[in-house]
Amino acid sequence: MSSHRESSAMSARIAIDYVTHTFRGQPTATLEDVDATIQAGEKIALIGRSGCGKSTLLHMLAGLMLPSQGCVRIDGRRVTKPSAKWNMMFQKPSLYPWMNVRQNAALGLVFAGQGRSANTRVDALLDLVGLGDNKDANVQQLSGGQQQRVALARSLATEPDLLLLDEPFSALDAFTRSALQDEVAHITRQRDLTLVIVTHDIEEAVAMADRVLIMSRNPGTIVGELRVDLPFPRDRNRAEFTKLREHLMNKFRDSGDAHAAKPENIGKDDASQAAA
Amino acid sequence: MSIGEATSEQTPDSTRMRWRRSGGAALVVRGLHRAVYPLLGVAVLLALWWYGGHLIASDPATESFAGFGPGPTFASLADLIRSGQLWGIAYPSLHRIGLGLLWATVLGVPIGVSIGYFRVAQETTHIPFQFLRMISPLAWMPIAVLAFASWDGAIVFLIIVAAIWPIIFSTAHGVKRIDPLWFRVARNLGAGGGQMLRRIILPAIGQDVFAGIRLAVGVAWIVLVPAEYLGVTSGLGYAINDARDTLAYNDLAAIVVVIGVLGYALDRICLFLIQHFSWRVEL
Ligand SMILES: Nc1ncnc2c1ncn2[C@@H]1O[C@H](COP(=O)(O)OP(=O)(O)O)[C@@H](O)[C@H]1O
Ligand SMILES: [Mg+2]
Repeated sequence: MSSHRESSAMSARIAIDYVTHTFRGQPTATLEDVDATIQAGEKIALIGRSGCGKSTLLHMLAGLMLPSQGCVRIDGRRVTKPSAKWNMMFQKPSLYPWMNVRQNAALGLVFAGQGRSANTRVDALLDLVGLGDNKDANVQQLSGGQQQRVALARSLATEPDLLLLDEPFSALDAFTRSALQDEVAHITRQRDLTLVIVTHDIEEAVAMADRVLIMSRNPGTIVGELRVDLPFPRDRNRAEFTKLREHLMNKFRDSGDAHAAKPENIGKDDASQAAA
Repeated sequence: MSIGEATSEQTPDSTRMRWRRSGGAALVVRGLHRAVYPLLGVAVLLALWWYGGHLIASDPATESFAGFGPGPTFASLADLIRSGQLWGIAYPSLHRIGLGLLWATVLGVPIGVSIGYFRVAQETTHIPFQFLRMISPLAWMPIAVLAFASWDGAIVFLIIVAAIWPIIFSTAHGVKRIDPLWFRVARNLGAGGGQMLRRIILPAIGQDVFAGIRLAVGVAWIVLVPAEYLGVTSGLGYAINDARDTLAYNDLAAIVVVIGVLGYALDRICLFLIQHFSWRVEL
C-alpha cells in the first residue's frame, strides 16, 4: 500500500488515524482529530505550546496511553500496549540508581531474556554515546547530559525501529543540548530509525527533523507542517538554517495563536518557551 | 603520604601535622576521636549503675539486693559465658524472634507492596489495619494461648502481631514513593509483572523494607521477654523469672545486660542492612 514500504526493515511507519482524546473529568477534548502519517525512517519534530497535548500524543504512539477515539497504527498494526520495537525517552533520564551505567543500559535486554549476551552490545553502545569510561559508574554521580546519554543507550539497546523523544534535552545546558541533538540525529540516520521528537525549541526542530509538525492548543491538533531539506550535519549558523528557523517561527506564531489572542488569555502565554 | 609533601607547611605544628598525616596513625586518631563520646556515654551509664549498686549494698535494708551492682553482675555474666549456659538461655529467644520476624516479613512485605501499589487495597485496609495496629500485642496473649497448642507457637504469634505493622507500613510507604516514570520506562522496555516486581519494585524499596524490619525488631524484642514469662521453660524471659524466684539477683542483672546487648546487636544488623540496600548517594 505504501510507497515507502521498501525503504527499510528497520524503521517503522506510523499512521495516526483521527485520534481524539478527552481525559476523564475534563470538559473538553485535549486532542481532537489528530491525523497524520509518518513514513518509515522519517525524522519528525512535533512542536507546540506547553499544554497542547504533545506528550499525550507521544504516549499514545508509545502505547502507554490509549486514545478515547481513533487509533494509532505502526507498520499496519494497531498500537494497544508498549513494545520493545519502539522506545520512548523523557525529559527526566529516569535511570535506576541501584544499577550502574552498564546495568541500566542493558535493562531492556535483561527483560527480553538476553541479559547474558548483553554485555558486548551494551558496551559498544556506551562507547557510541561517549560513556566508554563510565561503564561501571554510579548513575547518580553523572551529569545531566551523561545521564541522558545512558538513557539513550538504554533505548537503543533493544534495537527499536522507532524512537519517541519527549523534550529529552530541555533540562540540559545549551552546549550539551546541541551536542546531543547532533548525536541523536546522526545515530537515527545511520541506523535508519524513525524518530519523533517533541520539543518547544524551534532550533531543535530545525536541527533534527526532516519535517516539523506544528500543533495548536485547545483543542490539540496538527495545524501545519514544514519540510526541512538541509544536509547533515546541520550547521546552525548557515544562512539556510537561520532562514528556516525564522520561517518556522513565523509559521508557529501564525498557527497556534487563536487561543492566545483572546483577551482573557493575554499574559498566560509562555512566549519564553516558544522563543528558541 | 610522603614526608616531602608535609615540608611545604612549616608551621610550628608541622611535626604533629606530619605524624597525623602518616596513614595508619591518622586512622587511629580519627577512630579514637569518633569513639570519645560514645565511650563517655557508656562510662556515665556504668558510673550511675555502680553508684546505685553501692547505695543498695551499703544500706542494711537493701543489702540482700547487692547482686544488682555491676561487680556481681559481670562476675555472673562471665560465669554464664564460661560455662556455656548463656547460649542455652539466649538461643531459644533468638530462635523465636527470628521465626516471628521471618513470618512477619513474609506476610508483611507482599501486603505492604499491594497497599502501596493498588489504591483499592490501601483504601480497604486502612481502617482495619489502623485499628488492629493499636492493640497491644500482649493483649493478644490469652487468645494466642487458646489458639496455639504450644507455648512456643503462641509466643511466635505474639511476635508476628507486634512486628508485622511497621513492616507493612514502611513497605507501602516505599512503594508509594517510587517515581511513576520508573514504571513507565520499565513497561516500555518490555517488563512483565514479575520482572517489574523483581527488578524495579523490590530494589527500589529494599531500604524501606529493612527500615520497617528495624522498627519491628525494636517492638518484637520488647514483647518477647514478657511473653516468655508465661508457660515456656527456656529463653531470656524465663531465665529472668527463674533468677527472681531463686533470689539470684546477680544472674537476673546479667540476663538484663544480655537482653540489652543482643537488642543493640540486632538493631546494628538492621542498620547495616538498611545501608546495604540503600541506593541513595550520601553527599
Ligand atoms: N492524566 C491527565 N489527566 C487530566 N488531564 C491531563 C492529564 N495529562 C495531561 N492532561 C492535560 O492535557 C493537556 C495536554 O498535556 P500534555 O500532553 O502534557 O501537553 P504538552 O506535552 O504539550 O505540554 C494539558 O492541559 C494537561 O493539563
Ligand atoms: Mg509535555
